[in-house]
Amino acid sequence: MTATRTPSDPAAGRTVRRRGDRVFAGSAKGAGILILVILAGVAAFLVAEALPAVTAPGEDIPGGEGLGAYIGPLLFGTLLAAVIALLVATPLAVAIALFIAYYAPRRLAQGLGYVVDLLAAIPSIVYGFWGIYWLAPRLVPFYEWLERNLGFVPFFAGPTSATGRTMLTAGLVLAVMILPIISAISREVFLQVPALHREAALALGATRWEMIRMAVLPYGRSGVIGGAMLGLGRALGETMAIALVLSVSGGITVNLISSGNPSTIAANVALEFPESSGVDVNTLIASGLALFVITFAVNMLARWIVNRRADFSGAN
Amino acid sequence: MAKRIDVSDLNIYYGNFLAVENVTVSIEPRSITALIGPSGCGKSTFLRSLNRMHEVIPGARVEGKVVMDGQDLYAPDVDPVDVRQHIGMVFQRPNPFPTMSIYDNVAAGIRLNNKKMKRADLDTLVERSLRGANLWNEVKDRLDRPGAGLSGGQQQRLCIARAIAIEPDVLLMDEPCSALDPISTLAIEDLMTELKERFTIVIVTHNMQQAARVSEQTGFFNLSGVGQPGRLIEFNSTEKIFSNPDEKATEDYISGRFG
Ligand SMILES: Nc1ncnc2c1ncn2[C@@H]1O[C@H](COP(=O)(O)OP(=O)(O)OP(=O)(O)O)[C@@H](O)[C@H]1O
Ligand SMILES: [Mg+2]
Repeated sequence: MTATRTPSDPAAGRTVRRRGDRVFAGSAKGAGILILVILAGVAAFLVAEALPAVTAPGEDIPGGEGLGAYIGPLLFGTLLAAVIALLVATPLAVAIALFIAYYAPRRLAQGLGYVVDLLAAIPSIVYGFWGIYWLAPRLVPFYEWLERNLGFVPFFAGPTSATGRTMLTAGLVLAVMILPIISAISREVFLQVPALHREAALALGATRWEMIRMAVLPYGRSGVIGGAMLGLGRALGETMAIALVLSVSGGITVNLISSGNPSTIAANVALEFPESSGVDVNTLIASGLALFVITFAVNMLARWIVNRRADFSGAN
Repeated sequence: MAKRIDVSDLNIYYGNFLAVENVTVSIEPRSITALIGPSGCGKSTFLRSLNRMHEVIPGARVEGKVVMDGQDLYAPDVDPVDVRQHIGMVFQRPNPFPTMSIYDNVAAGIRLNNKKMKRADLDTLVERSLRGANLWNEVKDRLDRPGAGLSGGQQQRLCIARAIAIEPDVLLMDEPCSALDPISTLAIEDLMTELKERFTIVIVTHNMQQAARVSEQTGFFNLSGVGQPGRLIEFNSTEKIFSNPDEKATEDYISGRFG
């Protein structure tokens, strides 16, 4: 085939492509590259600005014990709040999505879907105020109950915070905030389960719930994980709500209902940044870099989970 | 255990649209009944009403009786889930569960009914069903691979294995070969002939030769115009339908002289 081809052959080395295709491929490639460039720029900025904090002597870092001792508790607090949020929100979001997709009458389903989507549009500072003034005080009696009855579990060791502005409250506020995104994405993937597969289950004599377990949940699994990861991303980076709700003092602890809580990276940056200068700013930026890396790692992990059983994903 | 089905005065609706009108027919056990007719005349609709799959479509309903061995399947106290356990279905497009392995696809229905079956018993049943569907030799070395990775014909036989694994009384097949090549089609036709020893089979097909080859009884559905309900025009032994049908419309249809 190549033997007869002369240099003047216009098709040499490449296939014939329509102009529309070329324009589209070009702009898609451009957009992809742009995202990578922006990401690399942010990473470079963070690294450059974090470097002074890394090289600075330990006693110059706020707290006086070095960068690790400063960022460690923040990182821990960030992950703890986000994990609580994810553990609470994901099952709830999946349940809501299933209800909307397969149980609710059509009218109700539409209304409910709309309301859930609307939750996503509420600014996070509103959630923060809601958390402080409404949710936290109402949770105090519940926390007291937890301390009395489940106090032997380290999470509920107490003493119960009088204001209710605890790690658990912060996690619950975050859960409400990430609920819409997880449930919206879950709902979409559940609705996309082909009728063919749902009918296959029903024709075997599955009840509706069995049909959901056989055909809907496995098919929607990667979508739900994707939604949860978007939610997790939001939870990890959430600033205002946490800054308002969480009462911060002390370092790493798994005690979820006391008043001594580590802060989170994003909330800490928001609270400390206006007062900071010099190496303090670099320290905050270094904590931001840590958050960046963590978020990245979480996304890689999610991708790995989704791809692990790609053969069985049903995407073919 | 094959069973007979007696349908009387069945009207099938999608919302207010009457799709199939006034069907009365008896389906014999241990035989293959073929349903033929032009597109849109309600063959699938009728077939799906036999195992109450019709009603999973919002607004869809039926009037009339479908009686299997003395029990009206549409009686108020009958659970459609039970009906579907006794009347299995194979669809036009192969639809193995994409998220399950070959093994799990076959075991899916068994696991629904019998949650605590021992692994060894389940293995036996899965093998028997796959052998029953003439698929065992092709997949025995890759039972843990996804069912969606098989060829179309293999997937369809996998779906048949899945359907017969729960030992239904009746097997409904909606154009099971329409997406398959002639060789896979023959494989499935042979399979049907074997299966009719154990099951009552009802098959919808657009392939006249297929109906003539495999079935004992044939029903011809037709509709008089767009928006009109489909009707069962003639129901007779396959031999008679293809040699000397009672109705002119049937003859026109099978000889290709159709509108
Ligand atoms: N889900 C549905 N909702 C409303 N009407 C439907 C639905 N499915 C089928 N119908 C209508 O019912 C009538 C019968 O359709 P059906 O699918 O039973 O025909 P068929 O004989 O199986 O045709 P084909 O040979 O093309 O498969 C048609 O008029 C069709 O438009
Ligand atoms: Mg059809």
